[in-house]
Amino acid sequence: MKPDDFDYVAQMLKTRSGLVLTKDKSYLLESRLMPVARKRGFKGLEELVAQLRRRDESLAQDVTEAMTTNESFFFRDMKPFEQFRDVVLPNLLKARASKKSFRIWCAAASSGQEPYSLAIILKEAAAKMPGWRIDIVGTDISREVLQKARAGLYSQFEVQRGLPIQLMVKYFKKKEDQWEIDPSLRAMVQYKEWNLLSDLKALGTFDVIFCRNVLIYFDQATKGKVLENMSRQLTDDGVLYLGGAETVLGISDKFKPIPGQRGVYAVNKPGAPAGAPSLGTGS
Amino acid sequence: MKSCLIVDDSKVIRMVAKKILSELEFATVEAEDGQQALDACKAEMPDAVLLDWNMPVMNGIDYLRELRKLPGGDKPVVVFCTTENDIEHIQEAIEAGANEYIMKPFDSEILQAKFAQVGLLD
Repeated sequence: MKPDDFDYVAQMLKTRSGLVLTKDKSYLLESRLMPVARKRGFKGLEELVAQLRRRDESLAQDVTEAMTTNESFFFRDMKPFEQFRDVVLPNLLKARASKKSFRIWCAAASSGQEPYSLAIILKEAAAKMPGWRIDIVGTDISREVLQKARAGLYSQFEVQRGLPIQLMVKYFKKKEDQWEIDPSLRAMVQYKEWNLLSDLKALGTFDVIFCRNVLIYFDQATKGKVLENMSRQLTDDGVLYLGGAETVLGISDKFKPIPGQRGVYAVNKPGAPAGAPSLGTGS
Repeated sequence: MKSCLIVDDSKVIRMVAKKILSELEFATVEAEDGQQALDACKAEMPDAVLLDWNMPVMNGIDYLRELRKLPGGDKPVVVFCTTENDIEHIQEAIEAGANEYIMKPFDSEILQAKFAQVGLLD
């Protein structure tokens, strides 16, 4: 790809999604965009970029989606889900006992594996929370992955990635050569197309935010801005989950790590006492 | 080092599985059918069994039922690995004492994830 074509696409992606594409990632650009070029009948990436320069909005959307979509699997990395089940959920059941409701936000829901993993955990714990109302909101910048998430249909490969067989048998049904998630789980998650760089207020306030493996694609300033905006959507005792390779340290003072809980962060309120309650703290 | 018995009548599948399991630092033993696998277990119980369903002489599910009756036969973690991919087969396997179930085709990522789920990887 010609350097000025690369720069054009990189700048467009930065503006639209916050994705930072450095020169060493040009292979990624080529491998992700070739299928888009083929689908649209372009001879190569040169033609594709030429069309982008003509401000083709639908192509720009396709290119952004192709570059920001990442493979996902159920119970990815396991630990955060165990932490949610064993620490945060019991804390929520105590702290929200009077209003019997809480809200979870998956900020990069992708094709739905993360919100559905949380839905499965909640369903498995349903006996402990009769009459509770729980919202799970899944957002993503990509319309295409959200369609897949809403459909709740997964290939045999996808359904085997991370999902224990007992849970697969319990919550999935075979539909031709795909596996369909149980409608009761699908009904627990609400999906919305949302750009993390845009205004988040309309999403409302959450008790738990999962935002894993998203910040790694942003530059420092964008990371800081996204973290700050998310901190406003979180309750004072709420928790934020980041990916294993991500941190708030040196980026934002709106969150602080919870000691002993890797990848889990509490809201950092200026002037709050050191022992202020957090849903992420184990008893 | 943990041990894994690979039970499959296909030499190619055994080779692929052996390569993946060696990378996960398993010592591997191979068997071509359920009877050979049972004999291998009587000689020495492995930590894990990667088990095909359809095989000549003795199939995977019959082997699993026999294995679980052996002294110490409740110890090995058994992971089915088969083209049978309907709920009925999966349930039958779980009832017979399978710990996990892989539907072929599989790749190293799936095998690794399944082995991690049943606590075979540290």
